[in-house]
Amino acid sequence: MRLLIKNGHLIDPAANENTGMNVLIEDGRVSAWMKQSEPDPEDIEIFDAGGNLVAPGFIDLHVHLREPGQEHKETIATGCAAAVAGGWTSICPMPNTNPINDNAAITRYMIEQAEHAGLANVFPIGAITKSSDGIELAEMAEMKSAGAVAVSDDGRPVPTAGMMRRAMQYARDHSLPVIDHCEDKSLSSGGVMHEGKVSLLLGLKGMPALAEEIDAVRDILLARETGAHIHIAHVSTAGAVEAVRRAKAEGVRVTCEVTPHHFTLTDRAVEGYDTNTKMAPPLRSKEHLEAVIEGIRDGTIDAIATDHAPHHADEKALEFDRAPFGIIGLETAVGLAFNELVEKGVIGLEQLVRLCSANPAKIFGLEGRGTLAPGAHADVTIIDPDLEWTYDVRTTRSKSRNTPYHGWTFRGAAVATFVGGRQVYERNGE
Amino acid sequence: MEKPFHRRDLLGIKDLSAEEVLGILDTAESFREISSREIKKVPALRGKTIINLFFEASTRTRTSFELAAKRLSADAVNISVSTSSVAKGETLIDTALTLDAMQPDCIVVRHSSAGVPHQLARISKAAIVNAGDGTNEHPTQALLDAMTIREHKQRIAGLKVAILGDILHSRVARSNIHLLTKLGATVRVAGPRTLVPEDFESLVEEGLAVAQSVEEAIEGTDVVMILRIQKERQDSAFFPTLSEYAVHYGLTSERLALAKEDAIVLHPGPMNRGIEIASEVADSARSQILDQVKYGVTVRMAVLYLATGGRPVRDEE
Repeated sequence: MRLLIKNGHLIDPAANENTGMNVLIEDGRVSAWMKQSEPDPEDIEIFDAGGNLVAPGFIDLHVHLREPGQEHKETIATGCAAAVAGGWTSICPMPNTNPINDNAAITRYMIEQAEHAGLANVFPIGAITKSSDGIELAEMAEMKSAGAVAVSDDGRPVPTAGMMRRAMQYARDHSLPVIDHCEDKSLSSGGVMHEGKVSLLLGLKGMPALAEEIDAVRDILLARETGAHIHIAHVSTAGAVEAVRRAKAEGVRVTCEVTPHHFTLTDRAVEGYDTNTKMAPPLRSKEHLEAVIEGIRDGTIDAIATDHAPHHADEKALEFDRAPFGIIGLETAVGLAFNELVEKGVIGLEQLVRLCSANPAKIFGLEGRGTLAPGAHADVTIIDPDLEWTYDVRTTRSKSRNTPYHGWTFRGAAVATFVGGRQVYERNGE
Repeated sequence: MEKPFHRRDLLGIKDLSAEEVLGILDTAESFREISSREIKKVPALRGKTIINLFFEASTRTRTSFELAAKRLSADAVNISVSTSSVAKGETLIDTALTLDAMQPDCIVVRHSSAGVPHQLARISKAAIVNAGDGTNEHPTQALLDAMTIREHKQRIAGLKVAILGDILHSRVARSNIHLLTKLGATVRVAGPRTLVPEDFESLVEEGLAVAQSVEEAIEGTDVVMILRIQKERQDSAFFPTLSEYAVHYGLTSERLALAKEDAIVLHPGPMNRGIEIASEVADSARSQILDQVKYGVTVRMAVLYLATGGRPVRDEE
């Protein structure tokens, strides 16, 4: 099968390309770039990008797909459908399924379910420790052989430095990045929002910024000592961003990601006790949000990841302190990044594409992805930077609707998505 | 009588203006004598239905709301829902929608989670009155405290008030701080630093100070308000022992002597005698704890009356 994506503006930061260029795709791979003045090859399918941006398929380093075990919240198929509608061609599910993805059988199962769905690529993240209990190492190497790309105990972060050190030593042997959801639970336990003025005002128990920062600093010290690659999940505090900035300057192998909600909303959003503003790490105060945005501007932050965390409406229809943490995010991330980062001049389009494709591919070592250079997988995200649209969560492809962004208006959206050269999403006129 | 309170719900003191607070207190003044009549009942809320929905055990607040409703001739129903029955499967929202479908005029709600009244107010047709939500607010407690203070001091503005104890976890403290500072009093809070964080001062724009010691907080005050120490919270050990607390932070006669000579002592109850308050203080003439209970009914009559949009009370009734 041959496909030509033409009349688009190609942005491929990994290949240092930012120009009008047609992309020729054969058998699931990019075979060549063609000048737009060149005649179209014969017997070929044409996709007219109509002047829109043509970018390497976006890669989300942090999602929760809930399968196996909690299919009432999301399945791999519905999660993948939401992903491609949001412009993500590859997604990396965290291991906190039921059972936990701490062995090769589950890893393989997740990949097979994704293949059945035939939408986005799914690259599972394996657990660091068995059952994410923080006690015994999980079979990382076996999971890697089965297709896992990194390890993490995510929401149940490895509590002791001793265990984390051993995990890093072992993961390094197998070239697996170690991802940490930095939260010292002895400081945050029982907390349901950011600790600060607003939590005092609302009478809700706070999770101090310190809980994230202490773990981030611990991990950085361990990475420096072990030589492992530590990837800090969803940085949300000024101290964590600064710790990463300094560690990078010292040459520590550290990378980090940010979620759209941590660069768009502050803890003020919690004031109405809407459980769709409850997530971990929590929405922080304005000073932290500004520090996060500065980290995006100066390149300290490497990637945008959604932390897409579906929960059923019944589970969120609870008291604020009893409701589960997390919001969905796959469909709103690009819109939020355009509104808050591009429109406001924090970063340009090329950097946005880098944060969503080239960098995540590099962080998890995804060969032939994050670029559209000839030979690469033909995962493509087509973006209309001027499209104005309103998010109506009732139309979501996710099984869950837990979002604080219902009714928000955006400028900029993914309008078509290709995975392995096959179109898996086209935005209808809305 | 012009309606001074233009809201449907009473969710907290935080969002009220000083005028609204005074409006509620003045309405309460007009209800004051009903409770001392031989026949303690007026038809102001005849035909209105009030549900007291208590997710958290409470005797005095629930009884107080129930009496308030009955003295105004409303039909009051008490529902106690242990949070465990919510765990059986019904969500908070379902419980509220079910009750709301029975078309009450007002739902009085107490819950151990902050924000529940706000969540209910978004989906309910009935007016929601907050009878205490987690560590957030307890607005009618602050109103009855204010009524007690006005009774004894004839004003709120310009007074110095000390609030002592577990400020961090106290909805009573939060509502009182909002109310007293809105009406022009200055408030000093004190207790162990683990329960009185220094950044608590940021709670309100002005009028609140975190004192460095209980003595500093009490010095020269008109009102000393003691909070209940929740023994059950001692699992998480915010201070070493109750006996150490009593010695270093409790309100003793010696400490109370630092306040103004005519200072009054308030406690929202139930008291832990010998811990946060010495018995001789609790039983002294300074203590206005029973007045608080008395005005609790009066203030709740005013709140229910305003929330359900009842008719003005006429004397001949």
